[in-house]
Amino acid sequence: MSVLALPWRAGMGALRSRDEQLAAGLVWLLAAALLLFLAWPLSAILVKALQARDGSYVGLANLWELAAEPRMRVAVWNSVYLALMTLGLVLPLALAFAFALTRSRIWGKPAFRLAALVPLLAPSLMPAISLVYLFGNQGLLKSWLGDASIYGPVGIVLGEIFYTFPHALLILVTALSVADARLYEAAETLGAGKLRRFLTVTLPNARYGLISAGLVVFTLVVTDFGVPKVIGGQTNVLALEAYKQVIGQQNFGKGAVVGLLLLLPAVLSVLVERWLARGHGAAMSGRSVAYKPGRNRGRDALLWLFCGGMSAFLLALLGVAVAAALMKLWPYNLSLTLDHFDFDQVDGGGWLAFRNSLKLSGYTALLGTALVFVCAYLNLKTPAPRLPAALIRSLALLPMAVPGLVLGLGYIFCFNNPANPLHGLYGGMAILVAATIVHFYTTAHLTLTTSLRQIDPEIEAVARSLRRPWWRSCLQVTLPISLPALLDVARYLFVSSMTTVSCVIFLYTPDTVLASVAVLNMDDAGDTAAAAAMASLIVASSLCATLLINAAGWLLNRRAQAWRVA
Amino acid sequence: MKRQDFSTVAVAGSQEAGWLRFAGIQKQFGAFQALAGIDLEIRKGEFLCLLGPSGCGKTTLLRILAGLEQQDAGSLYMGARDIGRLPPAQRDYGIVFQSYALFPNLTVAANIGYGLRTGRQEKARRIEELLDLVGLPGSGHKYPAQLSGGQQQRVALARALATSPSLLLLDEPLSALDAQVREHLRRELRTLQQKLGVTTIMVTHDQEEALALADTIAVMRQGHIEQVGTPEQVYREPANRFVAEFVGRANWLPVTVEGEGALRLAGVTLACGKELGVSGPTATLFCRPEDVCVEPHWQPGGNTLMATVERVDFLGGLRRATLSLCAAHEITLLADVGPNDAGFAALVPGQRVPVRLPPERLRVFAGGAA
Repeated sequence: MSVLALPWRAGMGALRSRDEQLAAGLVWLLAAALLLFLAWPLSAILVKALQARDGSYVGLANLWELAAEPRMRVAVWNSVYLALMTLGLVLPLALAFAFALTRSRIWGKPAFRLAALVPLLAPSLMPAISLVYLFGNQGLLKSWLGDASIYGPVGIVLGEIFYTFPHALLILVTALSVADARLYEAAETLGAGKLRRFLTVTLPNARYGLISAGLVVFTLVVTDFGVPKVIGGQTNVLALEAYKQVIGQQNFGKGAVVGLLLLLPAVLSVLVERWLARGHGAAMSGRSVAYKPGRNRGRDALLWLFCGGMSAFLLALLGVAVAAALMKLWPYNLSLTLDHFDFDQVDGGGWLAFRNSLKLSGYTALLGTALVFVCAYLNLKTPAPRLPAALIRSLALLPMAVPGLVLGLGYIFCFNNPANPLHGLYGGMAILVAATIVHFYTTAHLTLTTSLRQIDPEIEAVARSLRRPWWRSCLQVTLPISLPALLDVARYLFVSSMTTVSCVIFLYTPDTVLASVAVLNMDDAGDTAAAAAMASLIVASSLCATLLINAAGWLLNRRAQAWRVA
Repeated sequence: MKRQDFSTVAVAGSQEAGWLRFAGIQKQFGAFQALAGIDLEIRKGEFLCLLGPSGCGKTTLLRILAGLEQQDAGSLYMGARDIGRLPPAQRDYGIVFQSYALFPNLTVAANIGYGLRTGRQEKARRIEELLDLVGLPGSGHKYPAQLSGGQQQRVALARALATSPSLLLLDEPLSALDAQVREHLRRELRTLQQKLGVTTIMVTHDQEEALALADTIAVMRQGHIEQVGTPEQVYREPANRFVAEFVGRANWLPVTVEGEGALRLAGVTLACGKELGVSGPTATLFCRPEDVCVEPHWQPGGNTLMATVERVDFLGGLRRATLSLCAAHEITLLADVGPNDAGFAALVPGQRVPVRLPPERLRVFAGGAA
């Protein structure tokens, strides 16, 4: 590697103290880890896409065969169309919600925040199950839809709104929450009205967050298969096509090709991210004055109504499945029962699956948060060597657009190969943790980078001049300032690993079966009530973890954030 | 860098002149040349201001000295030690940025004590000492956001001085403050620097600040150093037009050269104290407004011309008169006149007054007037 580094050492290379050399070494190591656990599996798919069923090289034959199929073209169109529909609906909703949470004085903010993040607690199969219970053929509210059917675009978009809303919200809240009051005062004294202040100060400052959120939502919808699988009806989409090729037809080559098509949004993300990062300076310096929203009854009343409506929609999609899990036979026999939680009566993995999920989520949250933070910190705040830093920047954005199915496939192709020195990982918990961290890397990375970018870069310059190693300023200054974002990330990683299906479906063994996989298997087998029960259990444990992390955050905040309110 | 290098250096680097030395420092940002071979020497204990318009390379030079940016070519010496390739932590300096870059979540005491590696008691004592030094006794428990801009500035200064570095770097430290605080802090900074005797390099675009604070000013433009000198030299004897225009107010008068130290301005022959150093038919005469003497009575000869008072501006202690020469109305010049000067009473718009240009205060530059 040192040979590889030579051309780049002419620039920043020489000016490193011993601790900074350690940082540089770490950056190399992290870049190598990302190459190993992300780039390698993905390239394994690339190889697979060029192979026939028997493993012989067939070039682009898989692609041409697929392109010739009309249903494939319909699937591509549906994917893009549904993703754009969802994007157009979710972004304004999430922006308004984030604005209400950060820039207004509405009553009940913590409750709204929790309600808005509730979809994160559930597997994406869950809103679809609820929608079926509500608007399906035996649904309570089927008449609301008139002649339209919930099985198709309407159901998919509703389900995807539920599924993507909190992802967009998290990014926008982070972008909006660090506001410099002086900018608003300046705008106000220049005679700018409320709308103008919103358009000229709030939106431009949130631009980075808005575009990030847009990219995240688009790729989430394109790559999700949970919602369309349950409620898509005859509507075929790309992610479903990949799932069908692999699970249904066992055609790995074609599955790999469809997976590669799903990678296209990643290319877009990388380009947009690059272009954005150039013009983005620090929004928060040592002298910044934290923004405190003023009182405005009209605005707050409107925002309260909006947040209430949005929360009700989200909670309803969650609550119906929970209710169905607790009732004998929805909607005919509504008496309460715990029968559906006796998982040992149905196939799917039972309570072992649930315990495994808790283990996986715990490891992912702890290791993942630490890893993503160290990676983002070293890259932004220390004189990192250019080559591995550029590698990390590009690779970190990739996982968001890689469908979990495709990543999982890559892991099999790569680590199930007995020739691989890391073959020993296969079949254990470690590979599930690695796959999960990699799968959710981008959102964690974007959240922490956005937050780190907003801290004055001269803080590190001063710390370097004071002859203290970087980890001291990191632990004493940057980490405490980033604490809210860190807790957001830990919570996000925990609940995402609780709820993910797609990324682990190829990697679990009977010993490491997971709760979310159990939901899918039970729903597939027709045990919808048991599936709803397991999904409810996932939600309950995610909720507990969230409440615990929030409580810890509240306690730590009171100490560490005294300087903010001061 | 090994430990023992420091001790050998300490002995060798004790000579005072040229203690800190830039030798041929170059820096390129893409196609933009930020620094084009900077040579500069700084005496131990000296207060040097890097003065220049924005984009002249002064901040880049400071960041290179701090090790935050690396030069493309050239070396840096502190004493006999070559520090040009050392990381910031091994260069032994304290730095204050325009944004102060205080650690917002640490108290004032923790900010100041950040670089101290002594025991707890010794640390607390040192922090108290520094807080007294910068005039903020008893503020150790506060957070930066609870302090005013001037107070934050003092904390940043105390933090930079805490480890008793042999070099203090200031990057536009006063430009974010209001005028009164700035002037007050400027005086304190100067007193403090002289008391501690710490070699100080300050970057500023404010010429007034540079004149008031510095032992030596280095005026920079487009990656070059235009002049190095005491404030007096830079002000009185600017090396070129750029320096003369950037530092202070000046009159620029078109003259013709008549050989042997004689000049003609609007038909009047003027003597010039310095050797001309210019050839050619036309040149430009440089003269500060306060050097223009408005006389109560006409005395022929002696560098005196007649002028009409166009307007008079009240500047507090002084009045600034705009005068146009009677022999050439298109030539105007400014004169600063104090209440105790002889011509003060004559300053009434429309009045004709004799104006004397003292030969020892005139300088001539090649080329026509701007």
